[in-house]
Amino acid sequence: MFKIENLHAGVEGREILKGVNLEINAGEVHAIMGPNGSGKSTLGHIIAGREGYDVSQGAMEFKGKDLLDLGPEERAHLGIFLAFQYPVEIPGVNTTYFLKSAVNEVRKARGLPELDAVEFLKYIKEKAALLQLPGDFLKRALNVGFSGGEKKRNEIFQMAVLEPCFAVLDETDSGLDIDALKVVSNGVNQVKSPDRAQLVITHYQRLLDYIVPDFVHVLYDGRIIRSGGKELALELEERGYDWVIESASVEA
Amino acid sequence: MPEIDLDPRREIFDQLDQQKLGPLWLIPIRKAAVARFADAGFPTRRDEDWRFTDVSPIRDLTFKPVYEASGRELSGSIRERSLLGGVRTHRMVFVDGIYASELSDAPLIEDGVTVIDLKTGFESDALHLQEHMTRYSQSDQNAFTALNTAYFADGAVVKVERGVSCRTVLHLVFVTSGGENGVTVHPRNLVTVGDGASVTLVEEYIDAGGKAPCFTNSVIEFVVEEGAAVEHIKVQDESTRDFHVSGLYAQLKRSSRFRSHSLALGAKLSRHNIRTRLDGEGSQCVLNGLYLTRGEQLADHHMVVDHAKPHCESHEYFNGILDDQSRGIFHGRILVRQEAQKTDAKQTNKNLLLSDEATVNTKPQLEIYADDVKCTHGATIGQMDEEAIFYLRARGVPQGVARRMLMHAFAGEIIDRIECDPVREQLDRVVWDRLEDEGV
Ligand SMILES: Nc1ncnc2c1ncn2[C@@H]1O[C@H](COP(=O)(O)OP(=O)(O)OP(=O)(O)O)[C@@H](O)[C@H]1O
Ligand SMILES: [Mg+2]
Repeated sequence: MFKIENLHAGVEGREILKGVNLEINAGEVHAIMGPNGSGKSTLGHIIAGREGYDVSQGAMEFKGKDLLDLGPEERAHLGIFLAFQYPVEIPGVNTTYFLKSAVNEVRKARGLPELDAVEFLKYIKEKAALLQLPGDFLKRALNVGFSGGEKKRNEIFQMAVLEPCFAVLDETDSGLDIDALKVVSNGVNQVKSPDRAQLVITHYQRLLDYIVPDFVHVLYDGRIIRSGGKELALELEERGYDWVIESASVEA
Repeated sequence: MPEIDLDPRREIFDQLDQQKLGPLWLIPIRKAAVARFADAGFPTRRDEDWRFTDVSPIRDLTFKPVYEASGRELSGSIRERSLLGGVRTHRMVFVDGIYASELSDAPLIEDGVTVIDLKTGFESDALHLQEHMTRYSQSDQNAFTALNTAYFADGAVVKVERGVSCRTVLHLVFVTSGGENGVTVHPRNLVTVGDGASVTLVEEYIDAGGKAPCFTNSVIEFVVEEGAAVEHIKVQDESTRDFHVSGLYAQLKRSSRFRSHSLALGAKLSRHNIRTRLDGEGSQCVLNGLYLTRGEQLADHHMVVDHAKPHCESHEYFNGILDDQSRGIFHGRILVRQEAQKTDAKQTNKNLLLSDEATVNTKPQLEIYADDVKCTHGATIGQMDEEAIFYLRARGVPQGVARRMLMHAFAGEIIDRIECDPVREQLDRVVWDRLEDEGV
């Protein structure tokens, strides 16, 4: 469903991703771990179509379509979603109003009729209940004054509303308390289905107890230096990254 | 020495007949004004208050003050042209500055609210006019105000008696016909609001789609008595060939509340001079403005907030969204006199530039002679937040809509301060539509 081949990308002459290969099939959950600054968020941004990165080599496709030439909104319409590591505060843009526009743009692109105000409200209230969002959430400006945890929850709420085929979750667990982690994981698992896939970026094995990955990859210095099953995350938790990095440099 | 370069405006004045000069008490005032104008002439950029705005295109226009209705038919109805056509208001319409009764709602003289044209006012309410007219603008050295005082022919007289809450939204619509070159319009309005009374007044400037450039030079004076509350919404959307200068003078008595909003959308060059005097303890003044400019437009807001008494509050909030080569100017002077202890004065000016060629000049000026005061000011000039745009796009919102949402939010900071619901909602739609045309 989603495939990256030998992706090289950077900013202002500095290469951040140095040949990433990744293939994700429908129904799978992949996790990416790796030390700070290794390029995880950059990868997420490039998947979502953020401008400003030079992609010097490689290819990225989703359901057989070349993604690299598409704008972020076009990717969203195809069903790609990125939950941001740092969700952006947007003063003056009301959450409900924004979401209605997003949902209807996505529906339009998929040839579905737009939802009217009543249908839409009913729809998002169900989703909000699922994520146990505070009542005033929907009326407030997007992420403005939200706590770190609330912002993360809002990301997953939006994911639940938009029902993407392929979701990238960038450190959605950081900043969440234990109860919130369960609620959010539950939200993520609800979206799961045989025709959807997820890529979970995290530093902590704990999240992977709730969102169980089929594959775990280690991204280091712009490359995936090791891939394995979910037990790899446990091993990393126990032993840190050094042994992976060392054995990778021996191989190279 | 030979007399050189006698200003043609003065020449015109000297030939005016008695009828055009109006009541006797006004004649010396007009004479003094024309003398002041002849003396000072149009301001130049050497003048500190006009450093950023070059008015020479106005000076170069032919000068044709209007005294009578031209009888020209306007294309399209006022209701269609007005930005507030869909809002229920009490409308009083002026074409090229002259009251057009056939386009207006019937004059109001009931339940303590009077809304009449100036010529009627000179007859029916002479003493009231003599007491207030020109009184608050007189000390201003502004040449444009002097020009208005010398030449005004018509305008609105609005009077709300003590204790009366006027529930109808009063609406003055000034339409320029653009049928003839150099038409110069000098509307002159007086609004007095008695003790504890309240009123909402819209002052709208539009054009009727004519081709000739027109110059509107208006003055409005407000007297806000003890405990009275005024919400004033000025909307200027003249053609981008037109020139627009306006003066607002407000006198605030004890515990009164004055909110004045300015929405500058049109005109090639517009300059709004706001002079408010907080002249009674506990009075509050909010000046709130939005300018949207593109092409070669220039929008200038210049204000002096004069804190003369203790325990008063003033806030100025001005936001601008500027595209192409357009220019925005904000000059906010806050004067806190020695007596005005416990003054709380705030000022912000925020600008969003959509193009590399758009420019903004922003100048706060605090003059504080009291020692126990709170005064703050801040100004920002920035571009669209690319992070925010990416975030919205990544959720499926197209780029154009994402940009528009952000601009609308920025404009909304100002629009949301309009308290009158139907007017706010309507102007919000107007702004949203304007942003739609914005090049993406
Ligand atoms: N726009 C940019 N300009 C300059 N450097 C950048 C930019 N974006 C990313 N980088 C650099 O690229 C590297 C990878 O950053 P990235 O945010 O992808 O790391 P990460 O793996 O997500 O780290 P963390 O675990 O701390 O979130 C970092 O060294 C970062 O400073
Ligand atoms: Mg990161």
